This record gives sequence, C-alpha cells and structure tokens, in this order.
Amino acid sequence: MSSKKELKTIAPDVKWQDITEGGVMPYAGNAELFKTGDWRSMRPVWLQEKCKQCLLCYPVCPDTSILIDESGKRTDFDFDHCKGCGVCVKVCPFKAIDFVEEGK
Amino acid sequence: MAIRERMSGNEAMAVAMKQINPDVVAAFPITPSTEVPQYFSQFVADGVVDTEFVAVESEHSAMSACVGAQAAGGRAMTATSANGLALMWEVLYIAACSRLPIVLACVNRTLSGPLNIHNDHSDSMGARDSGWIQLYAENNQEAYDNLLMANRIGEHPDVMLPVMVCQDGFITSHKIENIELLEDDKVKAFVGEYNPKYKLLDKNNPISVGPLDLQAHCFEHKRQQAQAMMNAKKVILEVSEEFYKLTGRKYGLFEEYKTDDADVVAVILNSTAGTAKYVVDQYRAQGKKVGLIKPRVFRPFPVDEIAAALSRFKAVAVMDKADSFNAAGGPLFTEITSAMFAKGVFGPKVINYIYGLGGRDVKCSDIEVVYDKLLDIACTGKVDSVYNYLGVRE
Ligand code: SF4
Ligand code: SF4
Repeated sequence: MSSKKELKTIAPDVKWQDITEGGVMPYAGNAELFKTGDWRSMRPVWLQEKCKQCLLCYPVCPDTSILIDESGKRTDFDFDHCKGCGVCVKVCPFKAIDFVEEGK
Repeated sequence: MAIRERMSGNEAMAVAMKQINPDVVAAFPITPSTEVPQYFSQFVADGVVDTEFVAVESEHSAMSACVGAQAAGGRAMTATSANGLALMWEVLYIAACSRLPIVLACVNRTLSGPLNIHNDHSDSMGARDSGWIQLYAENNQEAYDNLLMANRIGEHPDVMLPVMVCQDGFITSHKIENIELLEDDKVKAFVGEYNPKYKLLDKNNPISVGPLDLQAHCFEHKRQQAQAMMNAKKVILEVSEEFYKLTGRKYGLFEEYKTDDADVVAVILNSTAGTAKYVVDQYRAQGKKVGLIKPRVFRPFPVDEIAAALSRFKAVAVMDKADSFNAAGGPLFTEITSAMFAKGVFGPKVINYIYGLGGRDVKCSDIEVVYDKLLDIACTGKVDSVYNYLGVRE
C-alpha cells in the first residue's frame, strides 16, 4: 500500500538512551508500518462481477483493509494488513466476497 | 515572612496541595488519609483552587484518573493509605513506567490483615519496587515541605517519575503541632508550571500513551526508567537546596542526629525518629555516644551515602516498621545491609528490629532497649541475634 505521508516509527534497534519516555508514540498513523497480513489463515476474495458497490463491507473491517479509490468505489483488499477475520464476508449481502483457506 | 500556624499533618498536606493548586485531584477516602481530600474538597468548594476534584469510586480509579490527567498534560495528585494504596497497585506501576510525575500523599497505615487502621509502614514499603520516588517525614512540617518539593523533583526532565510523600498515620497525620507555612505566591513561584514534552491534549502533536510494548522495546524502557531513578538523587538534592534558600529548612537524603562522635546509631524512619532524638539526648547527658540516622529518601535508595555514613560506627540498629516476612529482616534492614556489603563496608555490626506494627505504641523505654543493646555490642563485639522483634509480648 502506498502512503501519501512519510510514516515515522520507533526503530527496532533504538537504544534505551534514545527511545521515547514511557513508550509514548509521538508519531500518528504508524500502525500502517506493522504488517499483520501474515497472521491470516483464511483469505477473503473479492468477486468484482458480483459486487454492487453498496460499501456495507467497508466500515466493518477492523483493520481498514478494504481499500476505496478516489471515486469512492471499493477496490481490492489490502493484504498487507487484512487478518482474514471474515467479518466482511458475513456482512456482504450479495455474496461478493469468497472466503478460502490461505495458501490454496 | 513565613506564616506561623498550628495544624495536623493531614491539614498540612492539604494546605500544600492547595498552594500547589494542581489541575486534578482524584481521591477516595480511607483512614487515616481521609482528611487530606476532605480538606482539599473544601478548598475546591470554596473556590480557592482551580482544581477539578474527581470523587472516584475506588482507589484503583483514583490512580487511573491521575494517570489520565497527568498524561493529558496536567498536574494530578491524590492521597491514600494502606489498602487504598494496595488497590492502586497495578496503576502505581503504570504511572511510573509511563513516566507520569503524579504526586501521592501517603498517610502510612498497616496493610490488612489483620484488619487494623493504625500506623506502620507496610503499605508504602510494599510499593517500594513500583518505581515511585518515596520521601518520608518525621512531622507535619516535613510532610508539608516534602509535598511542596515533590512536583519539582518528579517533573524534572531527567526524572519524570511519580512521587509518594509518606507520614505516619494518626501519630503525625492527626496530631496538631506548630508549623511554618510558606506564602501562596512563594509556593507558586517555587513549584512553577508543568510543561511536559508530550501531552495528550496537544492536538497539533498527537501521541499514544501506554501502547503494547513487547520484546523489541520493553527492556529499553525499563532501563530508561532505572536511569530516571538514578538521576532522581541529584535532582532531590538540588531541589532541596533551593528550598533551603527559600525557607531556611535543610533537607538531604537522610538526617544525622548527634552522630559526629557516636559509637552506635539507630536508623529510623518517620515519627519514631522524633522519639529516638529524645532518647539520644538523655543518653548523651549520661555520656553515652549514641546517635540517630533518619532516612528521608527511600527511593532512590542512597546506597553510597548511607554506606559511607554508617561505616563510622561500631554498631547499627536498623528499625523497620514493616516486616518483609523473608525470615531475615525488614525492608530497610535488607536495603541498608546490601548497600554496606556492595560498598565494602564490613566494620559495623548491624542488627534489625521490627517495631510498632499495627500501631503498637513505641515508647522511650523501647528505644532505650535498642541503644542499650547497641552499646553492649559495641563493647563486646558480639551479636547474639540479628533479626528481632521489639516491644512484642513474649
Ligand atoms: S458489501 Fe459486498 S457488494 Fe457491497 S461493496 Fe462490499 S463486496 Fe461489494
Ligand atoms: S477478512 Fe477481516 S480483515 Fe480482511 S478485509 Fe475482511 S473484514 Fe477486513
């Protein structure tokens, strides 16, 4: 996923002298740098031809992993962050999201 | 001109809080500290402070509200005792590790059980490893003075740690004694403004506080917290020096009383040090070379200074108003003996007395037992028992 702003985070090799006090995270939005996609055992598959663009799936994703384009239409999943919880699959009224085992 | 007054230790702490005028006080009543928020809520009702007083439903909530308020960028204070402090337990650690310089007035009371409302130090001693700075006070004046210095110490950029100011429940918290108060404007100038580097209410610089902190960074944060406690010693001395210039009242890491040529000393926290001073005077009049060391700062523990000070004596009795139940000695004793060992101080014979638990009265005759024993050890060089109970029926 490409991000518009530069995301800063606390480096994995930061020394104790340089780390922020008390674990404060002074940079907003950097959860994006933490890739959770490899936690997935089930994978949602967007069936574009069945999709009515009702956007009921978008707000239920706990990981903001359903991407919306400039014209306000949903596009494919953000597989860097989708954890495969399946909530969007349940919510879609048009069976436009398939749910398959990861790696198959 | 300082203001001459007379008041209880609890009122003295509440007056200090009024003069500090913190942004938030969140507290829940518990004997014997109840009067502190009680007096303070009256100041709030009278409109003499700008503080938001949060009447919480428990001490866990009191400390949690303080964490939120302090993280937001405000000054937060609270007061508690015994089981109230115990109920704050997990949040005490969170306050310290989140580097939030909250100030807590701890009116020492025995931690149940058995159920008892009277004084000993088992409450604050139990919290000694929570990461809080701990200051102890002999009387209302010291409780007031320590509280006025607490914000400056905790909020120093090299420290950023919460501070617990302790005094003895009932013995000093409810006893009315003379006191010298500072004028409000002098306190205001001394305490100053709190301007933390990070605050939740800074909308231009959004932050997260208290995130999940796993193997990659948690250890570094702990190391940094340890450094803050190491830095605190210097800051305590600097702030105390500034306070001395303002008030003429001198505070160090511990007080030495008639130790210059002493052969033996007792090490005693809080109000019992006052009783011991009287006994020292009596013994001095008889030509006996006895002295007293009264620690003021227990966290950070003044390892170098206390080991060096004690190296001059033949025998030392460390008095603990709390037992560690380690079958070996109380918390002050184990800290002092390990400090002496680590610094290569092997000369003095050191014994431990557990005393005054559950508010058992500590009389001059009890302290005399201690000094008599020490003088005997200094003379014979023999220690028959290291870990002792003083004043228990047997
Ligand atoms: S809920 Fe189903 S139909 Fe609606 S936008 Fe999402 S995938 Fe398309
Ligand atoms: S499976 Fe879960 S995480 Fe993945 S896109 Fe759907 S709702 Fe989001």
